[in-house]
Amino acid sequence: MAELNYGLSELAQEIRGMVREFAETRVKPVRAELDEEGRFPAEILRELGKMDLMGLYIPAEYGGTFEGDSLPNIIAVEELSRICIGVSVSYAANGLGADPILIGGSEAQKKKYLPPLASGEKWAAYALTEPNAGSDAGSIRTTAVKKGDKYVLNGTKQWITNGGEADIYTVFAVTDKARGARGVSAFIVEKGTPGFSFGKKENKLGIRASATRELIFEDCEVPAENLIGREGTGFIWAMKTFDVSRPGIAAQAVGLAQGALDEAVAYAKVREQFGRPIIANQGLSWMLADMATKVETARALTYAVVKTIDAGSKDYSKFSAMCKMYASDAAMQVATDAVQVFGGYGYMKEYPVEKMMRDAKILQIYEGTNQIQRDIIGLALNKEYAAAARK
Amino acid sequence: MHIVVCVKQVPNTTQVRIHPETNTLVRDGVESVMNPFDENALEMALQLKEKHPGTKVTALTMGPAQAAAVLKEAVGRGADEVMLLCDKAFAGSDTWATSYALSRAIGTLEPKPDLVLFGKQAIDGDTAQVGPGVADWLGLPCITYAFGIEIAGGQAVVQRAFEDGYERLEVALPCALTVLKEANVPRMASLRGKMAAKKLEIAPVTAEQIGADPARIGLTASPTRVVKIFSPPPKTGGVKWQGEEPAAMARRLVEALRERQVI
Amino acid sequence: MALNIDLEVCTGCGACVAVCPFCALTQRASDGKVEVNEACTACGACVEVCPVGALSLAAAPAAPAAAAPGEFRGLWVVAEQRGGRLQEVAFELLGKGRELADQLGVSLGAVLLGHGVGDCVAPLFEHGADRVYVVDHPALETYTSEPYAEAMSELIRRHKPEIVLAGATSIGRGFIARVAIQVNAGLTADCTELAVEPESRQLLQTRPAFGGNIMATILCPNHRPQMATVRPKVFARPAPEAGRTGERMDETVELKAPVVRVLETVNAMQNEVNVAGAEFIVTGGRGVGGAENFKLLADLADALGGAAVGASRAAVDAGWISSFHQVGQTGKTVRPKIYIACGVSGQIQHLVGMSSSDTIIAINKDPDAPIFDVADIGIVGDLFEVVPELIKALRQ
Repeated sequence: MAELNYGLSELAQEIRGMVREFAETRVKPVRAELDEEGRFPAEILRELGKMDLMGLYIPAEYGGTFEGDSLPNIIAVEELSRICIGVSVSYAANGLGADPILIGGSEAQKKKYLPPLASGEKWAAYALTEPNAGSDAGSIRTTAVKKGDKYVLNGTKQWITNGGEADIYTVFAVTDKARGARGVSAFIVEKGTPGFSFGKKENKLGIRASATRELIFEDCEVPAENLIGREGTGFIWAMKTFDVSRPGIAAQAVGLAQGALDEAVAYAKVREQFGRPIIANQGLSWMLADMATKVETARALTYAVVKTIDAGSKDYSKFSAMCKMYASDAAMQVATDAVQVFGGYGYMKEYPVEKMMRDAKILQIYEGTNQIQRDIIGLALNKEYAAAARK
Repeated sequence: MHIVVCVKQVPNTTQVRIHPETNTLVRDGVESVMNPFDENALEMALQLKEKHPGTKVTALTMGPAQAAAVLKEAVGRGADEVMLLCDKAFAGSDTWATSYALSRAIGTLEPKPDLVLFGKQAIDGDTAQVGPGVADWLGLPCITYAFGIEIAGGQAVVQRAFEDGYERLEVALPCALTVLKEANVPRMASLRGKMAAKKLEIAPVTAEQIGADPARIGLTASPTRVVKIFSPPPKTGGVKWQGEEPAAMARRLVEALRERQVI
Repeated sequence: MALNIDLEVCTGCGACVAVCPFCALTQRASDGKVEVNEACTACGACVEVCPVGALSLAAAPAAPAAAAPGEFRGLWVVAEQRGGRLQEVAFELLGKGRELADQLGVSLGAVLLGHGVGDCVAPLFEHGADRVYVVDHPALETYTSEPYAEAMSELIRRHKPEIVLAGATSIGRGFIARVAIQVNAGLTADCTELAVEPESRQLLQTRPAFGGNIMATILCPNHRPQMATVRPKVFARPAPEAGRTGERMDETVELKAPVVRVLETVNAMQNEVNVAGAEFIVTGGRGVGGAENFKLLADLADALGGAAVGASRAAVDAGWISSFHQVGQTGKTVRPKIYIACGVSGQIQHLVGMSSSDTIIAINKDPDAPIFDVADIGIVGDLFEVVPELIKALRQ
């Protein structure tokens, strides 16, 4: 199939081939089952670990294969997402959990926690959201109180991806209530720490293979050395993490949309009505054309943002928000249209587009709703143009 | 422990078709792959290596220069060493001559292998003869149709399938096994393995280098000769019976099957 | 024989490359002309398609005769037994063996290896054997390939049969390949047709290759015996002739103690689950309607003499039967002798897994179901009416 030239490195191309084959042979046969049963894809993650694919974002000195190019990781997420984003979110959430350590962690923390994540021996999760703190992450209520060489955590985290399955959690808690968002700190909490337990597992519309669970902290004592950075820097790590992780959501969206497009075109070519394949109808082929264009636009924007971040740009929040928002809106639209192309069959669970449409919705919601993304973009525009006017 | 896995490059037969008009084999776009049963044999070796640290896995193939691709695939999955037997002198070898050549090649490996693994059969030839044949040349016991193995104290306990059951067998190493699909799910190559395989240069090993007797290799040494290749007779039938009593149709069916001597 | 390529004549059209079953031909990068590599078996498939006659098969120096073929006389079959019970394939081979032995004008021998298997002798005579060679030895009590091969090789050296046939079973395939090495004989696996040329005394062995996509006929010109294996159910079992008898040859063979020790034999592999290797498969689809109705298909499987029960994805997804039974793209690919699809509509993902079955029978209510497009025999009807009748007819 014709492809745009994105100037991908040899490694990125290799990863695309490997993960595509893996997703086709290992994920596709079980995706409907994982979705139906809401079963966590533990075997799949273990196998990805054996294939050295869990450390694509981790530098070589900590056991990974990252050498300054984030596209191999982005492409791995995209290719898994073509088949199932329930699986790809479980995969990518490891990176999300590890990012605060990579961005703000000490050398000792990196040396201790990153190698087992890179090898896939251990899995990670990112714990920010609470019942009363979604988009308004500054209003979290989980507290961490310093007591000697420990912090004592109390509170509940909600909707934590990989909750219960992960071994290493980066948990955001308030260390100084008076300072609001500037009073939030980030901690590394290991599974099995006394006082750390798991609540109910959510029953979701989509991404049902992923584990989404409550984390409960009851006088949970965490060693002070597990504080990431200084007290009060947690919110910075949280936001910086989102800036680099949003293109990952965009990659999920690109993959899902590509998968839905693949299904829709293949079906339109074989489904015959009125004596000819339905793709021969102009109305339908235009629909497919719009879908394909959206997929490629989303991919181009996403890769461009990733390259901009890799190039060392400091100012990329706006672009991260743009690719997350654009690609996830595109994915929702393309998946919905794919169901439409399939007609009645598309509404049935026998065909994968039904699941893709259910799955796609979360992309517009998590890691900041698309309304929040527009806020970020709007805020950036306001700032940039104010700065320009002052010049 | 040293485990040798014999692998073969085969065309992906599921893609081979007979052209309906010209009656010839259509192989356009058919890729070459590692024989699927050999993948299970390799996986068995790699799992044993994980369980028994210090184990070396050597992948061995005989074929044209492009068969190096299956050895690279083996390295990608975790094989430590490879050998490519490649010499015009081997051309046209049947299972007898192939068994001899492979046994000579294995004889040159250091240290002497403890276990020699084969896939149950190759999907292009489907003979299932090379594994036991090599074992015979090497004077090793051979357990065919193996789907499980445990090794302890120089002894292997092997599960071996029959048509209607299985056996647990005990044998002292060294020995040879042919491995079934049911044994395991073969892993895919790892990123680091693939990168290592890319850099690997595989020098072909000749008949002379393994000290093969020229009278026992190649077409001239092969007892069997392919004298004709043709497409299988086209499927008969495509008949559809309807509107009859179920009992009548059932009887007709049983008669038809008896006529075809399939029951 | 060896393949000769006249490079002066070759136009680089590539026609031969596409037909080579062994990927032995490649086109040179420089001028597109064809080269042959080590994979060539001199089968000649390319010679026929070359439009300019650039390819030819040259006679290679004849293989040194391993034995003087003239010294070898008689046709043998391996009378496979397990636990003192003769296997079906032994009778099937006797049937074909009798026919070939008569054409050659030689006697038909059956080789019986085991310990305390004297009861097996009489049925072999009744099914056509003129002689039964019995090796009764404790080392042969349970099958392991080494003593079986040793005993067989010794008998061949002793009596010099010109043809030896064995079942392509777990046992037969396991030890006969060793025998071929030990007695320096040619061996052809899984033959579906056997014929003899009485003049040259050659055995024409025809077998499928490439997953059944092509057939090859194989000869063994200079080596004796000519050995072949045949899958069970390829040849018909002959009717026994009660009271027919022959010559029993008790053979003494020195055998080493087995090096492989049988710890345990389990005859419990659930045959109905073993879809991939099954010769007969009865498959249920959405039309089966529920888990309990798979019992009916199991009964049909039983009536066929032990078929495997398969299932379409729809039936597996509905939770009526475990995914071990699934046939199709995401399940197993099967190639049984008979495939009976009951209430299976025939979606493409199912068809790719079973369409190369030898004989496909479809039972479906919907006359337009796509399964009928691949079926050899289609029965339009309610499976709940047809299948019970079928079971009845089979059991008669």
